Amino acid sequence: MSQITFENVVKRFGSVVAVDNVTLTIGEGEFVALLGPSGCGKTTTLRLIAGLELADQGRILIGDRDVTYLPPAARDVAMVFQDYALYPHMTILDNIGYPLKVRGVSRAERARRVTEVARELQIANLLERRPSQLSGGQQQRASVARAVVHQAVAFLFDEPLSNLDAQLRLEARAFLKHLQNELGVTTVYVTHDQAEAMALADRIVVMRLGKIMQIGTPLEVYRNPANTFVASFIGSPPMNLLSGTALVGQGQFVMDDETVIDMGEVYRRMSRPPLDGQEITLGIRPEHITIHAEPHPHAIPGQLYVVQPMGGETLVNVRVGSKLVTVRLFQDEPPALPDQVWLKPALDASFVYGADGERLS
Amino acid sequence: MNRYRIRTTTSRALLLVFAFIMSAFFALPLLWLLTAPFSTQANLAVKIPETPSLANFEAVFRNKFAIRALFQNNLIIGGGVMVLVASVATLASYGLSRTRVPGRDVLVYILILFSSVVSGTAAMVPLFLLIFNLGLIDTYLGVILVMTGGLLPSGIFIMRDFVDSIPRSYEEAALVAGASSFRMFRDVAFPLVRPGVMVVAIWAFVNAWGAFLIPSVLLRSPEHMPASIAFYSFYTEAGTPNLTLVSAYAFLYTIPVLLLYLIVNWRFGFRFFGGIKS
Ligand SMILES: Nc1ncnc2c1ncn2[C@@H]1O[C@H](COP(=O)(O)OP(=O)(O)OP(=O)(O)O)[C@@H](O)[C@H]1O
Ligand SMILES: [Mg+2]
Repeated sequence: MSQITFENVVKRFGSVVAVDNVTLTIGEGEFVALLGPSGCGKTTTLRLIAGLELADQGRILIGDRDVTYLPPAARDVAMVFQDYALYPHMTILDNIGYPLKVRGVSRAERARRVTEVARELQIANLLERRPSQLSGGQQQRASVARAVVHQAVAFLFDEPLSNLDAQLRLEARAFLKHLQNELGVTTVYVTHDQAEAMALADRIVVMRLGKIMQIGTPLEVYRNPANTFVASFIGSPPMNLLSGTALVGQGQFVMDDETVIDMGEVYRRMSRPPLDGQEITLGIRPEHITIHAEPHPHAIPGQLYVVQPMGGETLVNVRVGSKLVTVRLFQDEPPALPDQVWLKPALDASFVYGADGERLS
Repeated sequence: MNRYRIRTTTSRALLLVFAFIMSAFFALPLLWLLTAPFSTQANLAVKIPETPSLANFEAVFRNKFAIRALFQNNLIIGGGVMVLVASVATLASYGLSRTRVPGRDVLVYILILFSSVVSGTAAMVPLFLLIFNLGLIDTYLGVILVMTGGLLPSGIFIMRDFVDSIPRSYEEAALVAGASSFRMFRDVAFPLVRPGVMVVAIWAFVNAWGAFLIPSVLLRSPEHMPASIAFYSFYTEAGTPNLTLVSAYAFLYTIPVLLLYLIVNWRFGFRFFGGIKS
């Protein structure tokens, strides 16, 4: 149970900068998710904490201890691998007990503690089996058991649920969160699934190309995405991002296909509004748009593209110029809509991003 | 449809006949090896003897030179080569597989190319001089070292395939769990590559078992000679083999190799483990 600190950490593989000057503090007992697309450096960050990779620059601390150059064994963390990495030649009992065995815990004591953990994770009846005789979900639990069996100072998870089917994944997700709440051990969790990160983490670190794009609680990154990358990555369906030109004088936003949105109110509220004629991106979440069958003040026209019933809610895609805009309706019954519709964005819930993708406010 | 079926049936039948002829071609010498030692007449025909006898084996066991060659010298040389090749190939291939050595593939291929020269006829004179200067002429060690040198590159090559096929996450899991590198190798990496170690060990043993050229160049005294050379003690002075005795000796000669294979298969098994998902 320790704090983990990254100070200006850089890790390169040849010409690829996998982790690019990352500074980050993970609090004691905190559950932090590293989130980002494939190849953004999540796994590398995790392996740097575990000691499986050595940093090229910067310092890594676990608690007050500088572990930058310590071997994995000296770091006392526990890791769950994406492929589980249960030793195929050992029984589940020996697998879970291995971290205890290398610490010189006696056979009897080992069996006692493994059985205790296994009972808690509901795999106590599988201890005599080999990993190949377990289902994916059982293997996943066994590898979690191996991580929690000794009192590690931190848990590291590398996409531990990605090999499970959808049903099992939801179950395992709830179970992992419950387990972490109970044990209160500092946890770093790598995933490329934003829903998983939102559901599990106390704080989310959104990464891209080795850099941190934003750090915040799930609600913070959802409500206030700092840039277009985070805006498009967090939330499902993702935020609508409309690019165009700001005509601040006329209080208008002209989309690339000439559709005009009245935004005078938004510009007035901003402390640093865009310059007149500046390229900007307007971000609106699908749930912040209403859809109308008749013309409406401040509404923009569009052509109905498809209606997607999702069970509890309904997604409507509307073509505006060359762009597909998604509207999310919290109703289970698909609305009857004509081909020509009008969209009314709730502009007070919208985001304005500059040409560099950073938020203007 | 019907035509097609007829065609496949005929081609099947032809294939069977061909396979039968081929296997008979290879099986005949083996059958001879099973029947000839027990017959009293010396010839090359495959025939189940009417009155099987063990007289040939008695005669072979009276030849102390040949028996020592088989059950002492061959076992020492074969065992030595086996242990040395298997252990060095395992460690070397593990190192080659797990570290980023620039140009390591080129290195292995060059070694393999050279190894066929090193243990081949062309290198016999320099090898003889080398072993002579080391004072190892007419010693088991000299023979073992030269044969090991010849077999190692191919052994490393075979082993590397096994090591490469093992995901590193097993080893990484052990390291993070708190194991030292040595402990990790002993507990996790070695057990996982053991099927490969066994394959290389048996392959090295069989190679050393049948070696003729190297021992005949490097050994002097009759009491050090391996079985492949001791065969000549069953030849008449005119140089013709006594076929019944040769076949009996050859029969004995194959037994240790078979036994080794069976023991290794029973004790360790050439099985593979499935464990990693995806
Ligand atoms: N051992 C390595 N050798 C060379 N390049 C590597 C190595 N490990 C990672 N990289 C590179 O570093 C970058 C970051 O990789 P990393 O595995 O951390 O990504 P990731 O965010 O975990 O992606 P994914 O979601 O696909 O697992 C990638 O461009 C990858 O190709
Ligand atoms: Mg990864």
